[in-house]
Amino acid sequence: MSRVFVHGIGAVSPAGWGIPTLREALKKGAPLPTQALTRPGWSKPFQVRTVPAPARRQVFLAHPRLRRASAITQYTVGASREALGEDVGRVQNGELRLGIVVCLMPGCVTYSRRFYEEVLSDPATASPLIFAETVYNAPASHLAAFLNSGTISYTLVGDDSSFLQGLALAAGWLLNDQADGCLVVGADEMDWVVADAVHLFERQSVQGAGAGALYLRKESSAKPALELACITDAFLFSTAGARSAAAQRMRAQLPECNPRELLCLGTQGIARADADELAAWTDWTGARLAPKQLLGEAFTASAAWQCIAACDALGRGDFNAVNVSIVGVNEQAIGARFVNPNFL
Amino acid sequence: MLFPSPRPSKAPPRIVITGAGIVTALGIGWRANANGFRAGRQAFRPVTLFDVSRQRAKIAAEVDLPQPFPPIQLSEKRLTRLDRATKMLLLAVQEAWSQAGLTPGENLPLVLGTTSGGMALAESYLRHAIHSPQSQRQQATRVMNYQAQRQALDVCDAFGFSGPITVISNACASGANAIGHAWELLRAGHAEQALTGGHDALCQITFAGFDSLQALSPTPCRPFDARRDGLSLGEGAAILVLETLDHARRRGVEILGEIISYAAATDTYHLTQPHPQGDAAFTTMKAACARADITPEQVDYINAHGTATLQNDSTEAAAINRWAGARVATLPVSSTKASIGHLLGAAGAVETLVCLMTLCEQWLPPEIALSETDPACGFPIVSQPTDARVNVALSNSFGFGGANATLIFRRWT
Repeated sequence: MSRVFVHGIGAVSPAGWGIPTLREALKKGAPLPTQALTRPGWSKPFQVRTVPAPARRQVFLAHPRLRRASAITQYTVGASREALGEDVGRVQNGELRLGIVVCLMPGCVTYSRRFYEEVLSDPATASPLIFAETVYNAPASHLAAFLNSGTISYTLVGDDSSFLQGLALAAGWLLNDQADGCLVVGADEMDWVVADAVHLFERQSVQGAGAGALYLRKESSAKPALELACITDAFLFSTAGARSAAAQRMRAQLPECNPRELLCLGTQGIARADADELAAWTDWTGARLAPKQLLGEAFTASAAWQCIAACDALGRGDFNAVNVSIVGVNEQAIGARFVNPNFL
Repeated sequence: MLFPSPRPSKAPPRIVITGAGIVTALGIGWRANANGFRAGRQAFRPVTLFDVSRQRAKIAAEVDLPQPFPPIQLSEKRLTRLDRATKMLLLAVQEAWSQAGLTPGENLPLVLGTTSGGMALAESYLRHAIHSPQSQRQQATRVMNYQAQRQALDVCDAFGFSGPITVISNACASGANAIGHAWELLRAGHAEQALTGGHDALCQITFAGFDSLQALSPTPCRPFDARRDGLSLGEGAAILVLETLDHARRRGVEILGEIISYAAATDTYHLTQPHPQGDAAFTTMKAACARADITPEQVDYINAHGTATLQNDSTEAAAINRWAGARVATLPVSSTKASIGHLLGAAGAVETLVCLMTLCEQWLPPEIALSETDPACGFPIVSQPTDARVNVALSNSFGFGGANATLIFRRWT
């Protein structure tokens, strides 16, 4: 048996906590409002899209490992709980072996910045509690602890495309019987230092934050079933000039345009940043969706939202298949395809 | 395609090591390191890379990078932008690449483990952003080059191959996880060769972080010593060329050893402390042995994680005692962190190379500074240079966040 299905999806985004808020934002199709983020040393703040506080205090944040955890961990656990649904209990009871893959780009940057500021001030008094949260795999660790899951867990670091690599890795664990289910999370958080860094390369980019999670299994109970059909090769680029060719090669591994299929792009609505990806998909005349244009640039979280939006559309029966295109910020181009097997 | 993977029609292939490269404070390359590890030489000295005057600990195992840097296929401009971590990584790749006789091409998976990538550049970026916010000179270069994926791309460009790239950051188990993942990629039929390992350079945020946790010893670390008082940090890189046995035989290259098993698990006890009984460590050792179909009686040497913190070593000792059973009393164990410190994301990869050295050259690396073995250790700690018959070696790696990994290697004869 070599089939892998999307068993659940979960999201924390600038639209709010949960898939319904994301779905509603995508349905409206209008960019979410921005908020001001202070930038030290500058009078003009950044305009960003932050994650709103949940309507009511999330009970899971009372878990001992989550009380002091950073925003990125809270987003990770929030999206994961939603994706797992009722299987949270099965994992916590040890009935289900759960593999965890958390994909990050800037990662735990808020606590890293805070800790380094303390070091610059006086390293002798820097807080050990903050340091522990700076480690890339802190969100994965907290998630595993919350779920009481001792199975394999990886944290992948890369650009936004690494989320699809995470899906491929998790699919491998399932097919090798290393886990009964796998959670793949893309998560990144908001900080002025990230917005400042992005601003160096693309001034029009609006920073977002949050997490998205896909829960994979070898069998499907969803109706209709959402099957992970393929993930393309990873096409590397180390220069801006090579990015276009990488996008073209990724596109060539996905099917030709079909009016019953959706294309879910990673474009931001910024001509220069989007040019390579749009050029690769000029032949696609069918339906398109670009969640990042509404939600902002949140790297691996954005990639996860693309997959979630694609699976949600597939689950509603709007399309027979969806193709996800990710032309990463600075590493590689990768695509994925999800299908409703009833239409194959 | 990354998925679905090509399913091998038969049993997974055997995976062998055909190239190895290493950079530590003991030196650059296999010979310098083998000589150092075999003698149990310690490579600690006062930290020179950043200010430690306000820290409790003031030593580390710093690498002396060659000056000038050896010729490499990157532009002068790009070379000047490389940080220490990338330079160590490139040196290790160069040695492994040359030994395995690799040539430029497509589809050579690169799987790296690191905890902080080029963090020194990120520190520089942040200092600049705080102290001179209006001046953005070189800030883009710092941002671009600190990222771990950029260092991996530097490797691809320098040696003329295209990934895929996977960077695993599972804290101090990253290097072992990377090697284990590369091993699994080849067994699953994704490729016939892979380049894998780990790298990490000393940086202020990590040094200050471990110091803030009071995990650093002011003196060279003494793993499994009854009077140990913390770890010492180091830096370095280690890279392996993995290959299916059939592919290596077709190429007619020298085989250095075989990876026969890998297992990983998560310890959910605490973010920075292991479970007191070492449950996850026990799980990975047991699972790795089961996967290789071997028993503790067949293991000739354990390269322990052995950081020299009170918690790690007692936990690991408990796990080894429990896993090894009757074999424990005669099973040689040592931690080579006694020589080069804790290399964090590179540790599992460097310690894999140490295991490979013991298999190839038939000796055990001693902990010369050990004065009184912790009574919790039911096993003998190698404390003097020792020649030994080593057919199977096991390496443990544990990390912050509960990442646990075990790799098992076999001598190639």
